[in-house]
Amino acid sequence: MTQKAACHLDTQLCHAGLCTDEKTGAVSTPIYQTATFRHRGPGLSTGYNYSRTSNPTRGVLEQAMARLECGHAGFAFASGMAAVAAVTALLKPGDAFVASDDLYGGTYRYFEKFARPAGIRVSYADTSRSDLMREILSKEKIGALFIESPTNPIMKITDLRRISSYARANGAVTVVDNTFMSPLLQRPLLLGADIVIHSGTKFLAGHNDTLCGIVVTRTPRLSQRIAFVQNAAGGVLSPFDSWLVLRGLKTLAVRMDRSQANARRIAAWLCRHRRVTAVYFPGLAAHPGYALHKRQACGPGSIISFRMRNARMATAVVRRVKTISFAESLGGVETLITHPARQTHSDVPEQTRRCLGVTDDLLRLSVGIERCEDLIADLKNALE
Amino acid sequence: MSTHEPFQYDTTILHGAAALDEATGALSIPIYPASTYHQKDIGARQEFDYGRSGNPTRKALEETLAVLEGGKSGFAFASGMSAIHAAITAFVKAGEHIVATRDIYGGTYRFLTGFLSKFGVTHTFADTTNPEHTRAALTPSTRVLFLESPSNPLLKITDLAAHAKIAAERGIITMIDNTFLSPYFLRPFTHGIDISIHSATKFLGGHSDLIAGAVVTRSKEHGDAVRYVQNTCGAVLSPENSWLLLRGIKTLGARMKLQQETANAVARWMEKQGWVTRVFYPGLPNHPGRDILQREASGFGSVVSFSVDTTERLRGLLKRVKVLTVAVSLGGVESILSYPARMSHAAMPAQVRADLGITDTLLRLSVGLEAADDIIADLDQGSAG
Repeated sequence: MTQKAACHLDTQLCHAGLCTDEKTGAVSTPIYQTATFRHRGPGLSTGYNYSRTSNPTRGVLEQAMARLECGHAGFAFASGMAAVAAVTALLKPGDAFVASDDLYGGTYRYFEKFARPAGIRVSYADTSRSDLMREILSKEKIGALFIESPTNPIMKITDLRRISSYARANGAVTVVDNTFMSPLLQRPLLLGADIVIHSGTKFLAGHNDTLCGIVVTRTPRLSQRIAFVQNAAGGVLSPFDSWLVLRGLKTLAVRMDRSQANARRIAAWLCRHRRVTAVYFPGLAAHPGYALHKRQACGPGSIISFRMRNARMATAVVRRVKTISFAESLGGVETLITHPARQTHSDVPEQTRRCLGVTDDLLRLSVGIERCEDLIADLKNALE
Repeated sequence: MSTHEPFQYDTTILHGAAALDEATGALSIPIYPASTYHQKDIGARQEFDYGRSGNPTRKALEETLAVLEGGKSGFAFASGMSAIHAAITAFVKAGEHIVATRDIYGGTYRFLTGFLSKFGVTHTFADTTNPEHTRAALTPSTRVLFLESPSNPLLKITDLAAHAKIAAERGIITMIDNTFLSPYFLRPFTHGIDISIHSATKFLGGHSDLIAGAVVTRSKEHGDAVRYVQNTCGAVLSPENSWLLLRGIKTLGARMKLQQETANAVARWMEKQGWVTRVFYPGLPNHPGRDILQREASGFGSVVSFSVDTTERLRGLLKRVKVLTVAVSLGGVESILSYPARMSHAAMPAQVRADLGITDTLLRLSVGLEAADDIIADLDQGSAG
């Protein structure tokens, strides 16, 4: 494999997994749909022994992700949640763990139903408030910090460079869920984070056709620990899905360019709509954290949350959309609309949701790569 | 290519060809979805340059097919019909003639009568159960003798050695559609046949989950001619399906043995049922040509055709069966009951069907891996009322 680190990210992306097979020169990575590998003799492993431990196809994806995120090593898991679980396994009972309070509901559920019963001292904080985070991180030893930026679904922005430096002083591991941005728009390891995770199901794969989780680590020591968990707990990504994600990465840049351009126009359109009371999108100058996000990322992405005048209107919108699909998930080529309070965040207690603003009047739009005019026409019709 | 001589056939199925990745030791050959290959040097010949011409996954399958048939070259196609198309068009040109088994799969019938005839290739159907009938159908321009044995759906048996001899005298290329018995039970090259063809969708794949065709040639020269068509017309099997087919082949022996055993039990049970008027299964002692098959093959397969007393019975049976799947195709792990007159042989004119005995009360059962008792009980309840 030639060194591609000098290339632009979009070139790196479309070359992900290109010509990895020295033997045949195959331009597309082979799918090693195998469980095990023959040894040439006693003690003569080819380097591959068993596909849970390592698989050549998965390896190509893992290396591609490590390069894209500028990390030391990458790890591919069966789902985004399997990636979250692998990272959480770095903690031990009694460790303090702080997560962004506005957080994907599945991650919240994992922290509450798995991590907490396992003895991890889970707490939540508004990580977009640097002063508050400085205080928390100066008070006691924290095992790890789990940050979403932008958060799901309120799109709050955390100062990754600043919080990572506070965490480093504390000795805490900084984990950033970079799902909404992808390495194309934001590279948290370059801002000081220690671990990046992705639901690769979303922008990385991009076609709503596979589940995938990714972990990228900054240091050899963290890589070693994640490799151990990946092999020991075994929530690995299949060879075929690894290949599909590699295939998806090749078009990440063109997909993101288009969906982001669409999202900018739709966000502006929503702002002008009389039935919309709030629009949460980091590409809007009025968005809290707009300047910060502009500093640490190279684009707002294509997720927009917005608030209707009331819950009834929000329900009517999801019922009336036609071009846009009413479905969970995000980051695919197709535009999806989600009702977070009832879908992605239904596991978050109502009281917590209300404090965060994840109420029944809130909708989340994952803008795809359709013609923008068609999406706006669909929304126009659905919002009336 | 390794030979399967040192192994028993069941072992050959698993270890006959090197369907293993040497670089990593992976026990399963990788699926290479690549359409093209990085070329290291201009003019330097490398094995793979474009996915239509060659693909490492397909190559592993093609080598396996050649080993299973005991041939020199194997080729994998996108369907059984594209395999037949490539095998035949590799050897005939306008003005030439083909003699084919009269009782033949409807798709092959359509190919010969509706497609190939448009390109100036003529054909004659012969009752190949009698080699003299075949001899009488040959003309000076006959180039290919296309056999199907046991035939579909009436399981008529053709003497392969006798036909190979007749063809060899005149320089005619012999081909057999070996779908029904698979190389597990019948290896046509040992009887002098030149080319063996399969709808690999059936027993070779065995799981009703892919469409594929195979051509294996006894000689390298014939192989080169087929390779030319495969690359020129391009109806190649995809890497994913090549891999699935290799996966299916691993259990070919286990499946064929059990399915044959069950088919035999079902056929014998059918013979005793009042509502069954005739059973066509080469394993039955009175089946015409059974002695030939016993000489040339090591098994009778697991396709059983049978006639019922009335069309009402037939309709009722198709409606009521629960264990059996009513569908087109055969050779899968699940038992499939089909109605040739309306399904596999619908492409044949009614008069031709009637002449052949493919009547409106004929059914074809491809016996799968279900317990014989369950299949029998299902037929029993389905026929009642």
